Amino acid sequence: MSSISVSDVSMVFETRRGRVQAIDRVSLEIPDAHFACIVGASGCGKSTLLNIMGGLVRPTSGTVRVDGRQIHGPGTDRGMVFQSYTLFPWLRVRENVEFGPRLKRMAKEERRRISDRLLQEMGLADFARAYPKELSGGMKQRVAIARALANDPKVLLMDEPFGALDALTRAAAQRFLTQIWEQHRRTIAFVTHDIDEAIFLGDTVYTMTPRPGRLREVIPVDIPRPRTLDEFGTPRFGELKRHILELIIEHENRGVSQTAAAP
Amino acid sequence: MIGIWALVAYTGAAPALGLPNLHNPFFLPSPGTVAKSLYNMFAHEGFAHDVWASTRRIGLGFLISAAIGIPLGIAIGSFRIVQAFFEPIIAAVRYMPASAFIPLLIIWFGIYEKEKIAVIFIGVFFPLTLLIADVSAGIPKELVNIAYTLGASRWQVFWRVLLPASWPGVLDNMRIGIGWAWTYLIVAELVAASSGIGHVILSASRFLQTDKIIAAIITIGILGLLTDALFRWLYWLLFPYSERVSR
Repeated sequence: MSSISVSDVSMVFETRRGRVQAIDRVSLEIPDAHFACIVGASGCGKSTLLNIMGGLVRPTSGTVRVDGRQIHGPGTDRGMVFQSYTLFPWLRVRENVEFGPRLKRMAKEERRRISDRLLQEMGLADFARAYPKELSGGMKQRVAIARALANDPKVLLMDEPFGALDALTRAAAQRFLTQIWEQHRRTIAFVTHDIDEAIFLGDTVYTMTPRPGRLREVIPVDIPRPRTLDEFGTPRFGELKRHILELIIEHENRGVSQTAAAP
Repeated sequence: MIGIWALVAYTGAAPALGLPNLHNPFFLPSPGTVAKSLYNMFAHEGFAHDVWASTRRIGLGFLISAAIGIPLGIAIGSFRIVQAFFEPIIAAVRYMPASAFIPLLIIWFGIYEKEKIAVIFIGVFFPLTLLIADVSAGIPKELVNIAYTLGASRWQVFWRVLLPASWPGVLDNMRIGIGWAWTYLIVAELVAASSGIGHVILSASRFLQTDKIIAAIITIGILGLLTDALFRWLYWLLFPYSERVSR
């Protein structure tokens, strides 16, 4: 059982132009083995929220708990995958995957067993000795996922991991992630601005609105799994998408009219 | 370039271009003359000894600069405390031209090897350290963050991420730095020396032997190209994973 919960987290940045409230009292709880997607327009604070959950950013106030225990920084119980390619370029694919286990001084054979299994699952067995520069974008992100899983984390935190991929690769990566999730059954928090992606992947979609970053609505995705590409055409998918879009656009419009009304 | 040189030297086009009368072999000896005197210098005048003396000074001066500058630069780029302490000092000294130190260095170290090496050190160490600090400070934050999320301690992040991520940039800047070493060496040898390429240039100029001056300058150019090739080969050898290396 591994859950991650955020309670009353606020984040204020001090910038040259004054204080910016990036996140305003966000609370959420992602239950065990649950796939949660956090959607919002750019600048709504969703990435900051994920970094706070990862322990990379200290919130101005509020707490994050994993299995009820408060976190005070990054840890191996939370694996992260970012949008930018973060493989270590000087390490081969296998060494990248084994980075976490090596830090723990795990025995070589055991490390090898873990990386063999993960590379197999990711369809990268033939690339174990390749350097990251030899991989395509989609493959790089699969290695990054394998590297995060090698630590056997309780929670996976993913920040637009497929954002830099082209549409076709991205669709393949989404189906692939679903399979991986079904095998590993990890708790996942997945940040994206792609509504289709969020509905296709998530058990729940959390919508956020910017300035200040607030949690708007929690939408359970009641589309049964396994989901296929056909879901994109179903009426239910369309309804959900429309609803989420409205939540985000409505907020945008309000922002516009406020600006227009200002003297 | 050699083509233009040959054209100007053999045809006497220079006055028409408003340049000094370079047709006169005294001002601009032809490529053939220079090649001949380069051969003579190596065959009869012990020029190889001077080349070796210069190369040795460069080697020592540069090695000492790199041996201190690389660790210090990486420490400045990686640790705030080190940066706060050293960077202002180094940034200030960097603006003081190394050649201005020569008289002082002669008083401190005499006119022999130590002084030459000290000039190179002052000329190379300070800017090299700052460039390397920039390399380490510029390592993408994402790489550091991901290492933390994978369970690395600060110390492990330094050894397993910051250091390996810095090496290619360090080598790049060493390649730039050794170029400065040549500049300062020749300056030091022009002021006071009994051997070395700069010394040869200076004595040739006393006897108005322009062909020898040009031959010596070309020798420096060739040595520079060789050093550059060496660094490129090292890069290829050490960093096969770099996007810049194809094989």
